[in-house]
Amino acid sequence: MTVELLATEIVSKLEAALPGSTVESSGYTVVIKDEFVLKAANFLKNTAGLDLNYLNYLTATDYTTYFELVYDLVSLEHNHKMILKTRLTNREKPEVASVVSIWKGADFQEREIYDLFGISFTGHPNLKRIFLWEGFQGYPLRKDFKQ
Amino acid sequence: MALKTETFLVNAGPQHPSTHGVFRMRFILDGEVIQDVEPVFGYLHRGIEKLSEGLTYSQDMVFTDRLDYLASMTNNQAYAVAVEKLAGIQVPERAEYLRVIMAELMRISSHLMGVGFLTNDIGAFLTPLLYMYREREKILDLFDMVCGQRLTYNYMRIGGVSQDIPEEFMPALKKFIDTLPKFIEEYEQLLKTNEILLIRTKNVGILTKEAAINYSTAGPVLRASGVKWDIRKADPYSVYSRFNFEIPTGTKGDVYDRYRVKIEEINQSIEIIKQAMAQLPQGDIMAKVPRVLRPPKGEAYGHIEGPKGELGFYLVSDGATNPYRLHIRPPSLLNLSPLRELVIGVKIADAMAIFGSIDICMGEVDR
Repeated sequence: MTVELLATEIVSKLEAALPGSTVESSGYTVVIKDEFVLKAANFLKNTAGLDLNYLNYLTATDYTTYFELVYDLVSLEHNHKMILKTRLTNREKPEVASVVSIWKGADFQEREIYDLFGISFTGHPNLKRIFLWEGFQGYPLRKDFKQ
Repeated sequence: MALKTETFLVNAGPQHPSTHGVFRMRFILDGEVIQDVEPVFGYLHRGIEKLSEGLTYSQDMVFTDRLDYLASMTNNQAYAVAVEKLAGIQVPERAEYLRVIMAELMRISSHLMGVGFLTNDIGAFLTPLLYMYREREKILDLFDMVCGQRLTYNYMRIGGVSQDIPEEFMPALKKFIDTLPKFIEEYEQLLKTNEILLIRTKNVGILTKEAAINYSTAGPVLRASGVKWDIRKADPYSVYSRFNFEIPTGTKGDVYDRYRVKIEEINQSIEIIKQAMAQLPQGDIMAKVPRVLRPPKGEAYGHIEGPKGELGFYLVSDGATNPYRLHIRPPSLLNLSPLRELVIGVKIADAMAIFGSIDICMGEVDR
């Protein structure tokens, strides 16, 4: 079985390296502040013992008052996993750092979120719509999207 | 006078026999050598994730058939596993065994198509593919027997399977499993050491182990690069922990390894089906699931090893009858991530071999 990492341990490690970065945690899920995404991703991937080298999937959910980004991280070496989350409250111009420089597998997934949720990823090498055409109005996976 | 040269743009697709559906690649070519490629998606985008939010959990099952339409059974299973995890449903043992049998048959069928289309792409036009269709046809007949469908099965339901197998199924399955190795042997003789196939696939499109992990590839693509990672072993679901089987891996990560891994996996699937047939218990095929399912508030991620890689569903429930959010982890899309790196610098004919070896299905890429 893939072991679920203890969120409390991840939080103490993250807080030691990046003070003030975490918001809350439960089970194997850790929520961090959006400005720490890139640093936390780098830390989680490159810290010995964690080695979360595989971004399993990356997606977003619209909770109407905020967007939640979900990073499902796995270490193929140790066979353990955790979920990293962050929340974006700025609905007009949601923006977060791209993690393509850490996991290249994020490329298409960040474009998909940009396309369907309208969340911008700063530092993405080729941020443009992936499924819908340029000029499409609105972001379909937002809850307030009207056809 | 110096010769003036310039690069030019060639469009492959969206309608092209080697793009396996409506997929477009914009190549920038310098003579025959690729300088850059831009994959263009979206021709088959139906907004399945959005549509799912408007229907109930059991109604959403039919969308999964239309993801990777060469592997509908495993799509059904991945979604069922996710919903069962979210709602805490225990599936009866007999249903789990039936699921394993169907999923492994589906894997055989999908891999046969993957290898068949690869040979098609590198110039063995239609002959090997046609023979592989012959075996796939028998699998479709088996599926037809259990659920009356040949492409979109909707056989696996939340809590079990829709119906028990008919009397004639087991003898037919036994006959198929007994004769299949002979036919696989036939393909091996045709392809395994075929000189043209070797030249076209060996050392072409090498994906290193580190790159395969970094690009989030899964399934045969990841394993061909030498990573022993299979959800059936790494995070066993259903009853997979009760079967003996190997995880075939490649050493180099070239097109040839990706082809070999698929054939080896077919052999392993045959072994799993044999064991599942021997162990198949009697009993219920469906758990007690309310007609209108209202999973508790929360979220869950259920995943399985699909033929093309890890297929997972991320579900968020707000306690209502339809999912608040449904996200599909699409192996086909993520396996395409390294495409650009793999094809830059190679000749355009090799790009088709590389693309064919990744083995994608557009229904799942675009969703």
